[in-house]
Formats: sequence, structure tokens, C-alpha cells
Amino acid sequence: MSRRVLKGMFSAAAILLLNGSAAFAAEGLNSGDTAWMIVSTALVMMMTPAGLALFYGGMSRYKNMLNTYAMTLVAYCLASVIWMMWGYTLAFGPDKGGVIGGMRHVFMSGIGVESLSGTIPTSVFALFQMTFAGITVALVLGSVVDRMKFSSWIVFTLLWVTFVYCPVAHWVWGGGWMARMGALDFAGGTVVHINAGVAGLVLALVLGKRIGYRKEAMFPSSIALTALGAAMLWFGWFGFNAGSQLAADGVAGSAFLVTNTSAASGALAWMFAEWIVTRKPTVLGIASGIVAGLVAITPAAGFVDLSASLVIGIVAGILGFLSVSKLKAWAGYDDSLDAFGVHGVCGMWGALATGLFANPAVLETGRGLFYGNPKQLWIQGVSILATTAFTLAATGIVIFVTRWITGGLRVSTEKEIEGLDSSLHGERAFEIV
Amino acid sequence: MKKIEAIIKPFKLDDVKEALNEIGIKGMTVSEVKGYGRQKGHKEIYRGAEYVVDFIPKIKVEIVVDDQVAGQVVDKIREAANTGKIGDGKIFVYAVEEAIRVRTGERGTDAV
Repeated sequence: MSRRVLKGMFSAAAILLLNGSAAFAAEGLNSGDTAWMIVSTALVMMMTPAGLALFYGGMSRYKNMLNTYAMTLVAYCLASVIWMMWGYTLAFGPDKGGVIGGMRHVFMSGIGVESLSGTIPTSVFALFQMTFAGITVALVLGSVVDRMKFSSWIVFTLLWVTFVYCPVAHWVWGGGWMARMGALDFAGGTVVHINAGVAGLVLALVLGKRIGYRKEAMFPSSIALTALGAAMLWFGWFGFNAGSQLAADGVAGSAFLVTNTSAASGALAWMFAEWIVTRKPTVLGIASGIVAGLVAITPAAGFVDLSASLVIGIVAGILGFLSVSKLKAWAGYDDSLDAFGVHGVCGMWGALATGLFANPAVLETGRGLFYGNPKQLWIQGVSILATTAFTLAATGIVIFVTRWITGGLRVSTEKEIEGLDSSLHGERAFEIV
Repeated sequence: MKKIEAIIKPFKLDDVKEALNEIGIKGMTVSEVKGYGRQKGHKEIYRGAEYVVDFIPKIKVEIVVDDQVAGQVVDKIREAANTGKIGDGKIFVYAVEEAIRVRTGERGTDAV
């Protein structure tokens, strides 16, 4: 996100040279950029309580569908509150040694209607970033539906956003060490997808498998709702990726274009892979492929051209299919809705692909291996490993503390068998006569 | 009196009903049931996880008729429900001791 600031400084310098004026000419507020960023923020907001809730809810069993909704909704609400109180300043406050932001903007202090971030109001920038924190922590729950205590989820969300999400967001977008190292992450391959996917895997491993996993049939409650959720995620992702340019300009347009292409080619690749291997092109496969393609293009969106986005999407579709159908079965973990399989694995691919395909003709600050900069691939690898290692360790600690606070993480056997909608919420998702 | 109980494929229900209407059968009881026989179940695959669905949805039709028409009813059902493929279902015939119409108290064949 510092790209925009850098760009502002470049143009300010240009104005300085041209005019010979000594004044540091700030760009000031741009109403086009501001309008687009308000719309983008609303688009990304919709991804969590609508898109992801439907996508995950439809995949969970009929007796746990509302619990999946509740976890998603509450994750977004908690992240919203945390972000405005201390999350924003931890991620985007004045840098402290490249590791974390300072506490200057606790409770958004010092940020008024006149405050600007680049060419948009800081309030809009902070809210845009908040929607990212919300969806990232909500993505984690895909690994653990059907078995986690609701109280534990609430405590986990609170701690995880604070101690895992905020630091990584600072490293990459808040002027931290990864940004200084030159890691390219346009809209959140490391911060959002690798972070959430790995955290989900850790949480799934600690919680253990669901009762009856791989013994009894666990049917999704509604593939139709999952497909609708995937479509809403796709729609919202335009704000996620094209909005991450923080301006209404050509790069935003290019990010918009490659985002759509990657989603489409991811869906087709997953569908054909499944058709060949298991003989049926399923709707769940197409919906999953859309998300896989979107995840993989996220870090690359503002850096790559159209042909690269085709390759990124196709590989993501195949990789996603293999990781949920083969890798998961082989390793034996119960990542219920495949947060790791889709977001973790395709997020890693996207981060690496950015190091391969980043094309300086799209954005001058990104040059990948195929454009003569092999070092970028190395930097991307380091950023993937560092994010994974940090998330593994930090999430582990967060889980440990959560378990201590809430007295265990998992619901009782009776509650799990009865279903969490009834046993935890006293409701059911459907009334079918 | 005989009770004829037929387990048939759900999409054949209308054909069976019409065929029985033609021979003057004016009432039946229908329920949605699940089961398996030689047809066995089918496989569903969700993100690579295979689940075998053992129980297949079927329709159970129950009709009580006079002894003389029982044979004809069985033939009609068999004709209408037949697709020639595995899973067409089965027909069972039972003897019925008594039938009573709740509203009037009529008994025997008059009640059905």
C-alpha cells in the first residue's frame, strides 16, 4: 500500500523539477479516487458476511450451517471494532523497527475529516483495510467448522487479529520489513491468504478431526448457496484487488481485468481436473476453482499482465483440486472446508507467481524472474516462508491462550453429534416439511 | 380384501395412478420411502471425498381392494411402473381382515 505514497512522492518531485518551486506539492484529495475507494470498501465488506458466509455455510452440514454463519458474522463484527480501537494503529501507525506500528492512532485519534492517505481520506483507507482484517480472520474458520466452541472462536478472533494479522499487515503494507525487503503483495497473498490458510491448518490440527471424519458421509447443506457465495466473493474481489491500487487509475483497471480472468480460468481448470480424475464436473468444484483463481491472482493483481493471469488461474485451479482431494487425504488432517487447501496453497502459488510474472510495463515497481529479475522470486520465497513460520508460531500461542481462557476449544461429543445450530444457538437453518 | 403394497420409482407415480384410475381404483395412500435392493446405492464426491449413498428414494403405494380385482391391480401397477431397468421396485400382496370407514362406520368392501 506504500506504492501510492511512493508514487505521490515521485510526482511531487516531478512537479518540483518542472516548476522549480520549493514547496512540497502534495497531491491533495482526489474525488475520483475517493469515490472508487468508498465503493471498493463496500464491495470487500460484502465478501465476508454475505459471500463467505454463504460459501462456507453451504458447504457445512445442515446441522452446523447457522454456526458457520454466526462465526463468520461475529468475526467481521469483532474485527470491525478491534480495527478502529487498536488494529489500525498497530498495522499502519508510525513504524517501530519494521515490526509493528506505534500506538499514535489508538481509537483513530489524530485522524479527522481532513486527514489524507495518498489521495483519499484516511477514514476511507482505514475502513478499506478493516474489511481485509475482517475477511482474513473469517477465512480461518473454514478449517474448523462443525466442532469449535463459539466462545473460543470469539476469543481466538480477538487475539488473532491483534497479534497475528496486524503485525503481518504492518510488515507488508504498513512500511515494515517485508515492504523494505521489496516483497510484492498487491492485495494480500501473504497477509490474507497464506496467513489465514496456515492459521486454519494449525487450528484444525489442535482441534482434531470431526467425529466420524472419513467414516460417515458429511454432505454439504447446499451447494446452490455455496455457488452463490462464490459468485458474491468474485464480485467483491473486484474491490479487493482493483481497490488495492488505492486509486481509480490504469493499474486498478488492469488489476480488475486480470482478477476476472484468473477466477474464470481457475474455475475451468478445477472443473476439468475433477472431470478427468473423478469423472464428474461438480458445481462445488467450479465454485472452488473460482475462489482458487481469485486467491492466486490477489498478490499479483497490480503487477501482472493478462497472459500471466491465465497461467496463474489455471495452475491455481489444478493446485487447489489436488490439495483438497489428494494432499488432505494423504496427510490425514481434517481441514473441514479447506481454508488451507484453497487459501493457503493457492496463496503461496500466487506469491511465487508474482515473483515470476511481475511485469514492469504494468507497474514499474514490480519486476519478476521472467523480466530479468531472479532476485524477486527469492524475495517472494522469503516472504512466504517468513509469513508461514510466524503464523505457525503466533497462531499456536494464540490458540494456547484461547484454550486457557475458555477452558478448552472443542464442544462436547453430545453437542457435536446433535449439531451446533441446535446445541449452541437454539436454532435451525431450514424448516423442511 | 387384499392390500397391495408397491415400492416404485418416484417418477412412475403419476403413470401408476393414471393406470389405476382407468380400472376404477379411486383411492390410494402414498409415502416417500428410502431403501435399497439389487440396485444398490450411488456415489457422490465432494472435493474428492467419496460418499456412498446407500438408500435410494422410492415411493410406496398402498391400496386396499376387493379380492377379485387384486390380480388386475397388480398387473396394472407392474405394467405402469416398469422401465425394464434395475430398481423398478417390488409389489407385495397381503390379506386384509377388516376395513372400517371412520365417518360412517361401514365395514368390509363397502369401506374401501
